[in-house]
This record gives sequence, C-alpha cells and structure tokens, in this order.
Amino acid sequence: MRPATLLRCAALALLVSFLLAPQRFAPLFAPLTQYGAPPIYDQGNLLSLALAHLGTVCLAAAASTLLAVTLGILVTRESGREFLPLSRTLVNIGQTFPPVAVLAVTVPLVGFGERPTLIALFAYGLLPIFENTIVGLQTCPPAVLEAASGMGMSARQRLFKVELPLAMPLILEGVRLSLVINVGTATIGSTVAAKGLGEVIIAGLLSNNTAFILQGGLVTGLMAILLYDGMAAFERRLLRSVRIE
Amino acid sequence: MTEATLPRTARFDRLGTLLGVTGVAALAGLSFVLVKANRIVPGIPRSLLEAAPPLAGWACLACLALAATAALFVFNARLRLGAALLGIGALLLALGAAGDALTPLGNRVVRISAGPAFWVVLVCLGLMATDAITRMRPGPARRVLWLAGFIAVAVLALKSGRFDHLSVMREYAVNAERFSRELLRHVLLAAGSLGAAALAGLPLGIACYRVPRIREAILGALNVIQTIPAIALFGILMAPLGALAAAVPLAGRLGIRGIGAAPAVVALFLYSLLPIVANTVQGLRRVSRQAVEAARGMGMTPGQVLLRVEMPLALPVIVTGVRVVLVQNIGMVTVAALIGGGGLGTFVFQGIGQTAIDLVLLGAIPIVALAFSAAVVLDALVEVMDRVKQ
Repeated sequence: MRPATLLRCAALALLVSFLLAPQRFAPLFAPLTQYGAPPIYDQGNLLSLALAHLGTVCLAAAASTLLAVTLGILVTRESGREFLPLSRTLVNIGQTFPPVAVLAVTVPLVGFGERPTLIALFAYGLLPIFENTIVGLQTCPPAVLEAASGMGMSARQRLFKVELPLAMPLILEGVRLSLVINVGTATIGSTVAAKGLGEVIIAGLLSNNTAFILQGGLVTGLMAILLYDGMAAFERRLLRSVRIE
Repeated sequence: MTEATLPRTARFDRLGTLLGVTGVAALAGLSFVLVKANRIVPGIPRSLLEAAPPLAGWACLACLALAATAALFVFNARLRLGAALLGIGALLLALGAAGDALTPLGNRVVRISAGPAFWVVLVCLGLMATDAITRMRPGPARRVLWLAGFIAVAVLALKSGRFDHLSVMREYAVNAERFSRELLRHVLLAAGSLGAAALAGLPLGIACYRVPRIREAILGALNVIQTIPAIALFGILMAPLGALAAAVPLAGRLGIRGIGAAPAVVALFLYSLLPIVANTVQGLRRVSRQAVEAARGMGMTPGQVLLRVEMPLALPVIVTGVRVVLVQNIGMVTVAALIGGGGLGTFVFQGIGQTAIDLVLLGAIPIVALAFSAAVVLDALVEVMDRVKQ
C-alpha cells in the first residue's frame, strides 16, 4: 500500500506543478518539436483549460448521477416495475452509441461550444450509473429488507436508511466509471469548440506538434487516473462508515 | 399498488400512455419536416399535414392513431410490436412523401430534413417496439434473424428511391462512392485491430492467469492506457510511427506512416488489449477445478488441458470481452478520421466543420447501426455458447 500512496502523491504533485508552471517543463518537451515550434501550449492557459475540462466533466457527471439514481430508484419500486425490462434494454442499446456520434448529433440541435459536450457527456454518463443503481438496489438481501420492514420502517425509510446505503458502493463505482470515461471523451468536445484539454491536443494535431499532443494527453490521462483513484479511496472510506453489521 | 386491484378492463398501459401522450404532443407542437432553401440556411418548419400530400398525411396519422391505441389498450406483446412497426413504417413513408412533395421538379439545392416531431415520434415508437421485443424474450437465433430482416428492409427501402429527396440521401448521392469506401475502411479498421488484439491478448491473458506475479503489472499498465484519451493516443503514436517509416523504408512502403491508418490501428489495438486480457483471465479463473482435475486424471498434458478443457469453458467470457472491444472500436474508429485514418468519421467531422447536420448523420447513423448490429450478433453468440457449455 505504501508504494502506491507514494506513486499517487507523486502523480498529483507532477500534475499540479505542470499546470501551475508549465514553462519549467519546456526542456523536457523541446526535443519533440520541429522548426522551433513552442514546446509548451501557448494559445491559452493550461491551468484554466484543465479546470474547464474538469468542470465540464464534473457538472455532467453530477447531472447524470442525479437523474440515473432517481430513475434507478423509480424502476425498482413496486409501481415502476413495468418499466424495468425496457430500461434494461435501453441501457444495453445506449452503450452501443459511440460518444463521438452522440456529440456530433447534438451539435446541430444546440449549437457549438460547451453545451453539446455537456449533453453528450451527460447522456453517456447515465448508463453505467443507472445500471449499477439497479443492480445495487436489486441485490439487497431480502432478509435485510424484511428485517427493516419488521422494525416498522416505512417504504421511504427503508429506501433511504437501508437500500440506498447498501447499494452505495455499486452506485459510486458507476459514478467513478462514468467520470473516467468522460474525462477522455470530453477531449473530443474540443472538435466542437468546447473549452478543455482537447484544445491542446487538436492544436498539436493541426500544427504537427507532438509536444502539444503529449501534454494534452498526459494531463488528461493523469487527471483520469487520479480521479479514478481518488473516487476509489473515497468509496473505501464511505464503505467503512456505512457498513451495516 | 392500487392498480393491481382495478379490474383488468379498466387498466391501461402506463408506458404506452407516456409514449402516446409524448408522441401526440410532439406532432401537435413541433415541426415534422424542415425545409431549407439550401444546405446551410436555417430550415422553415412544416407540420405533417402541411408537408405530406393529403392522402399520405392522413394515412400516416391513421396508422399512428392505431399504434397509439395499441400502446394504450393492447397487452399482447406481438400485437404491440406489429402496431409499433406499422407506425414506424407509416412515419418513414410520410417523411419520404413529404420530401417528394416539397422538392420542386429538378431542384437539387433545396433540402428537406426530418424535424423534431419526426424524431420524437420515431423514438416513442422505437421504445414501444423495444419494450414489446423485450417482453417477448426472443432467443439468440431469432434476435439475429430479426436484425437481418430489419437490415434487409432498410436497405431495400433506401434503394427503392422513396427517400431520395431527403437531405441525408442527397448527401449520400453526392458521396455514394466515397461512402462505401469509408464504410469498408471503418469495418476493416475496427475488425483488424480487434483481430490483432485477440492474437496478442489471448496468450497474454493465459500468461497472466498462470503467472499471478505479472498479472497486476500487466492489467495495471493496460488500465493506464485506457485512461489516455483516444485522440491523444492517436496523436502520440504519430511521431514514433512517422520516425519508423523514415528509418525503415520497407515500413513506409507497407503503409506505415505518421498519419493515416497506422497510428489508429496501433491505438485501437492497445485499447482492445485490456478487455480481452482481463476477460481471458476472468474466464479461466471461473473454470471449475473439478473439470481440470478430471482432465488431468484422464492423462491429459497441461497443454491439452488448456486447449481442450480450460479454453472452451472460458470462451463465453472471452467472447464477451470481444463484444466490448468490437463495439468500442467501431465507436473509436470515428475519431481516427481526425488524423487521416479514414472511416465514417470523415463524414462526421466534415459535417461538424461545415455545420451540415445531414453530413454528420450520414456518418453517425451507419456507425450506430454497425455498433448495434455487432452487439446483437455477439450477444447472441455468447448466449449460444453459454447454453452449449451447460
């Protein structure tokens, strides 16, 4: 566990120091450029791009978590059961939609910029969370549910005090999955003029500057890994605190 | 809870009600088609009855009313599916008829495209059909047959010329030759990188299963690769491949270059490894110890045990990994168009660049159809394998 923690801190330190003072890393990237092209992205502030990227991803993930968990609760209640088979199928079909296609189809409807990216990320992020919410709620041990009812809990109390806490690890795993997928997918948003790290990569592709591509890719990748890792640590802590004996 | 106590005749389908109300509201409040004087100006909205010839318009409405009635009151899944398909057919024919009616003779500039009401009603009917199919629980063979049937009907309908005046088909007509080329290239890129990943991933997965010490390291490394965004990985690979082509002339002659298909294939190969390796390990782990012991008892060598017992038993899980990879690859090849890799993404990004939604759809609809078909076929395959295993 110790080397892992060390690696984690090193990755975070590297990311933060690069974003705060990218010019200090210029000698590292200089061999990758040709004809005296700038080794560090110079058409915008890397830190603000990274924050915009993260902001878009988190906003979309928050919205999809809210909707997906609500829908997951609804279709697992007695009154929503008839929607369950359909919603399962839809989740399966939805996952076959490539994110780029979702993005491309959204652009004509809402215009260029952040909005199509937010919508595509939101729609794409729904699926893993929804699926995990349903599985989590459906796999609650019946004995526990009966015990809760036996204690005189109402359906609402049972949901909030027993079922959701028990399903929480799986729900959070879904959120984590969709966050990580979205950090990568959001880079494609830059093809439709959304502010984010994809801008750096695309600038590199357009000007044939590998240094830019590598910067954008590494920062995005590091962000995804750290998010994944941070969420996993958060889940472990939460799991310890809500475990039902 | 209250509903269960109501007499059966007084009950109506809740999902059907939701879909019916949404569809009716969309037809009443939104436009059915958009008429554009040329490719890029904003469209003028027209309702169904304004756009289609009177007979086609009213016939379509009658079919839709029938479908809505079925959605509300009919509980037999087959009948519901039939009604939904009837509605979809009527809707598409009405759109085609509207395209014919609104295009002045010989005019090649005007663009007729589907409006929001068309899409909303199509989604509602699609949901109704999906729900009916889900309730019927068709077996794997039947699902594949239905898919083949749908594809055949779609191809015949598009070839019939009834939809030629719609804007997507106009874009197709302009790009017909390129379209089939890019479609083939898209499939080849997705399937080729999958094939390479399967060749490398299976032995790697077996090694990971046999040697636990390397398992963590390899799966960890493959996980890290997954976090690199696709366009970045494509871009990063351009430099070394370009250098390779410059240093080794043979590589260049084989088509390995910094831009084009080579970096895309390598990147897709790297992305594909994780699901295949992880599922191979998972599948082998799930093989029961008894089966392996029995095979050993029969005097099989370790190699025979692996090939004749372990691998066949692990196959359904491995094919599940292949399904994940293929669907994912079909989506990711789209991005390859950004680095000159070709494929249907060419139309998508060209369309984004020209703000031409029809061009985007010309690329996006086949991509979604390809991914969906791949998922249906491979899901069916996994199910058949699971049955055979039992």
